[in-house]
Amino acid sequence: MSLIEVKGLKKSYGDTHAVRGVDLEIAQGEIFSLLGPNGAGKTTTVEILEGFRTRDSGTVSVLGFDPQTRGHESRQWRNRIGIVLQSSADAGDLTVLETIDHFSGYYSNPRAVDEVIHSVGLIEKENALIRTLSGGQRRRLDVALGIIGNPELLFLDEPTTGFDPEARRSFWALIQKLRSDGTTILLTTHYLDEAEALADRVAVINNGVIIEVSTPAELGGRATSQATVAWRDGEIIKSELSDNPTELVATLSSRFGGEVPELVVSRPSLEDIYLEMIGGTHETNS
Amino acid sequence: MKPIPSAFSLGIRRGNLEIRQFARQRESVVFTLLFPVILLAIFGSVFKDTIAPGVTFSQYFLAGMIASGLVNTGFQALAITIPLERDFGALKRLRGTPMPASSYFIGKAILIFVSMVIQILLLLGFGILFFGVELPTDINKWITFTWLVLLGSACSTALGIAFSIVPKSGRGASAVVSPIVIILQFFSGVFFVFTQLPSWMQQVASIFPLKWLTQGMRSVFLPDSFASQEVAKSWETGKTVVILLVWLAIGIFFSVRKFKWDRD
Repeated sequence: MSLIEVKGLKKSYGDTHAVRGVDLEIAQGEIFSLLGPNGAGKTTTVEILEGFRTRDSGTVSVLGFDPQTRGHESRQWRNRIGIVLQSSADAGDLTVLETIDHFSGYYSNPRAVDEVIHSVGLIEKENALIRTLSGGQRRRLDVALGIIGNPELLFLDEPTTGFDPEARRSFWALIQKLRSDGTTILLTTHYLDEAEALADRVAVINNGVIIEVSTPAELGGRATSQATVAWRDGEIIKSELSDNPTELVATLSSRFGGEVPELVVSRPSLEDIYLEMIGGTHETNS
Repeated sequence: MKPIPSAFSLGIRRGNLEIRQFARQRESVVFTLLFPVILLAIFGSVFKDTIAPGVTFSQYFLAGMIASGLVNTGFQALAITIPLERDFGALKRLRGTPMPASSYFIGKAILIFVSMVIQILLLLGFGILFFGVELPTDINKWITFTWLVLLGSACSTALGIAFSIVPKSGRGASAVVSPIVIILQFFSGVFFVFTQLPSWMQQVASIFPLKWLTQGMRSVFLPDSFASQEVAKSWETGKTVVILLVWLAIGIFFSVRKFKWDRD
């Protein structure tokens, strides 16, 4: 079942065509990542899905509801979604606990406040004023406020910007736990390794259109592309592109009589593929 | 599934939170609540004249300060702080939750009303202790006072929320809003006796709520004999109610229709 269905979505600002016909289907329970350079139409698309912007044309259904509808139905709908925006610096004079507890009161079926504080790792900071938090701690508070309402669908916009590597890993574990609880997640991120670690499927958007939707492993023909096999041969490092890397490694292995010195077999990273994809169409825009 | 909380109960919840936040910002507490008292102290000490039999300038000024306090703590505070909240992304975050706009507005109205009551108590206490202000004994005057405060702070809240769409950024908001309030105070008979102002100033002031609030407060704190000293030779109570209600309606209309949750 599709939780989000978008067909022929268009949006212009004056002469700028930000979104030029986007189609998307996001299934229940998946982590779906939307990738694209700045100005590609990513933010506009997500903000239309979040009900922050109206569209020019096309159809949009999020949890079976048109996000640009207003009134009481819109409140019922917002009760079922969670949004973590890019940045916010408000309410510095409240504590973490007070803020999360206050937001929990907005929803009909919120998660337990202490459980949420625990899951974002802010237990030691629960009585600290928000203005004393570090950037990463603040971001975790943002996430806590996004999930306190026990949403069926969570929008995550650049969630780990400013995190140290350790904080990112523990954040990823949190997101994976949310998914295993049944939450559908739409993730926008600039970090390709983040998309690779978390997303079930990724979509690449550029110049207002979706170029490809695929799993991170298969995007841009990545799974079937040539592998690079590298090894040390005496003084120099040799490398070779190959369609059949296993065969090549076997040949090398028999040549070296077992262990191949400093053997590396690699395929292009998601980042390589992504940069190639947006690079090809990027020049026409600028 | 349980129903989502009502807009009114969330409004009360917002009001509690707003008061807690406000109370923790010490500088703004001191500025908002004590500034009118300091002004009263200065003006009351400088101008010791009697402007009519049994009416000192301090009494006249106290009525004006209570009225302009309604404008300061409501209109001015909201028209400056809401653009800041918008810049910080706080409003956009609220927009993304099931909390309705009306709850946000109710929360602001509660904050304004509570800070207004505290300010009035400070002004009255100070006026009684140091400037020989006497509280009215007529129950009707207290009834007038109650609806003036209720209607005035509602009006001031609604207009403050409505005007918050005007400043482009939080940083510039104070520069846009403060001059308007100060000019209104000069024109509306807060710092000077209204009847001594040029008539064009009086006419301009008569369009806006502050003039009517100051006149209303004079009807509470000055003897009834002073009514003959007003421009219309009466307190014009009925007209005051109508004008405040019209401004309240204007404020609510723009707040509901035009409120901006996001910077762009």
